[in-house]
Amino acid sequence: MTESRDTDQDFELKLLLLAVQEKYGYQFGNYARASLMRRVRRHMQISGVQHISDLIPLFLHDEPAFAAFVKDMSVVVTEMFRDPEFFKSLRENIIPLLKTYPFIKVWHAGCASGQEAYSMAILLDEEGLLDRCQIYATDFNDQALRHARTGIYPEEDMALYEENYRLAGGKTELSKYCHRGYDSVKFNGRLAEHITFANHNLVTDGVFGEMNLILCRNVLIYFNQDLQDRVLQLLFDSLCSRGVLCIGKRENILFSAIDDHLEVTDRNQRIYRKTS
Amino acid sequence: MNGGVVVVGASAGGLSALEILLTELGANFPAPVIVTKHLASGDEEGLCKVLSKSSPLTVNIACDKQKVTGNHVYLAPGGYHLQIEDKETLSLSIDEQVCHSRPSVDVLFQSAADVFGTQMVGILLTGANKDGAEGIKAVKEAGGATIVQNPETAEVPIMPKSAIATGCVDHVLDLSDIAICLKAMSFNLGPK
Repeated sequence: MTESRDTDQDFELKLLLLAVQEKYGYQFGNYARASLMRRVRRHMQISGVQHISDLIPLFLHDEPAFAAFVKDMSVVVTEMFRDPEFFKSLRENIIPLLKTYPFIKVWHAGCASGQEAYSMAILLDEEGLLDRCQIYATDFNDQALRHARTGIYPEEDMALYEENYRLAGGKTELSKYCHRGYDSVKFNGRLAEHITFANHNLVTDGVFGEMNLILCRNVLIYFNQDLQDRVLQLLFDSLCSRGVLCIGKRENILFSAIDDHLEVTDRNQRIYRKTS
Repeated sequence: MNGGVVVVGASAGGLSALEILLTELGANFPAPVIVTKHLASGDEEGLCKVLSKSSPLTVNIACDKQKVTGNHVYLAPGGYHLQIEDKETLSLSIDEQVCHSRPSVDVLFQSAADVFGTQMVGILLTGANKDGAEGIKAVKEAGGATIVQNPETAEVPIMPKSAIATGCVDHVLDLSDIAICLKAMSFNLGPK
């Protein structure tokens, strides 16, 4: 009984992902299974259908329903200076290195609504580097990118952001970088001038320039091991010589092929440097 | 590995409850024990230290795509949901909170039910939150066994009570009896 239920579920999921890929070009087949199933279940609930395969006609013929699914597939949970200790380590261990370069290129792969890119711009500004810096922030979700470009976030999140900023070694107050109005805060346009938000899909798109610093944090957890390996290779190939790669605190490069070509700068905070 | 798994959920009061349970399981418990206890980001290090000291099992903080094995305990890190990806592998997510919690017990139990079906035991301990009740239901519906700490002797009874209210709980037991029950079930959970 259980056996056949599992098999049906696998089969239906495969068909659904195939339909999505054929019609829209999105490849979700190598996404991590558990998180993918949570999203599929949620959309079954929202749509009031009983079987995974019932989502196939829905996603094929109802584009807004599918757009909602895509939005759900790209993770939008993020915050300013998330994991303050990570930003503290960046400031202490990586900023001195960046100061030796005449021009600095930074890539946030999977930037969602952009808080981390703005956090980085603030950090670079405080270290006197922003003016010789270009930050690329990419995601495959256009809706998230539109939000990111506005630099507008709910004011109720500011208490957490301020606390993170302080723990990350911030030099002043976060409120100095934004203005308030209508229950929102908007980060200064001066920061956004140095950030280019662009659509890039880590699953299907290629290498992205010669970066000095790449941040791809808590994105790999949504991919299976094969796709993780492929994306890690892509990130590695997008680094300049001796470039810096940062991944999420509970993510691993240990089993990937690039592990041999990276040296550890901060193991706890998952900060690595290309060896050549 | 083709054995089963034990998943454990706990919240307020969970530290000492986990200490007792993981100590009494003994060093030779054959199945991996996957634990989600509500905690803030960073607090998992302290929890891991305390449990490592008291339990004869090897206690780890879970990493993404980590392989699991018997005689080991895996703890959800703060700020992440911990999930069972397949019979050998764990995965993490930073999806939105469930029952105001990340990690959430429901998320762990639902993913475990998906993968392990009948070859699992879900255990819910003390807590002041209804997280885990949906998870217990998912475990039961998939054919797994469900055990809840006796609310009369739990430090905070809300979590066990919410689970019992679903009607999907097989056994309501005191902590030391949970360990005895698990050891009795373990022939069904170890590697085949």
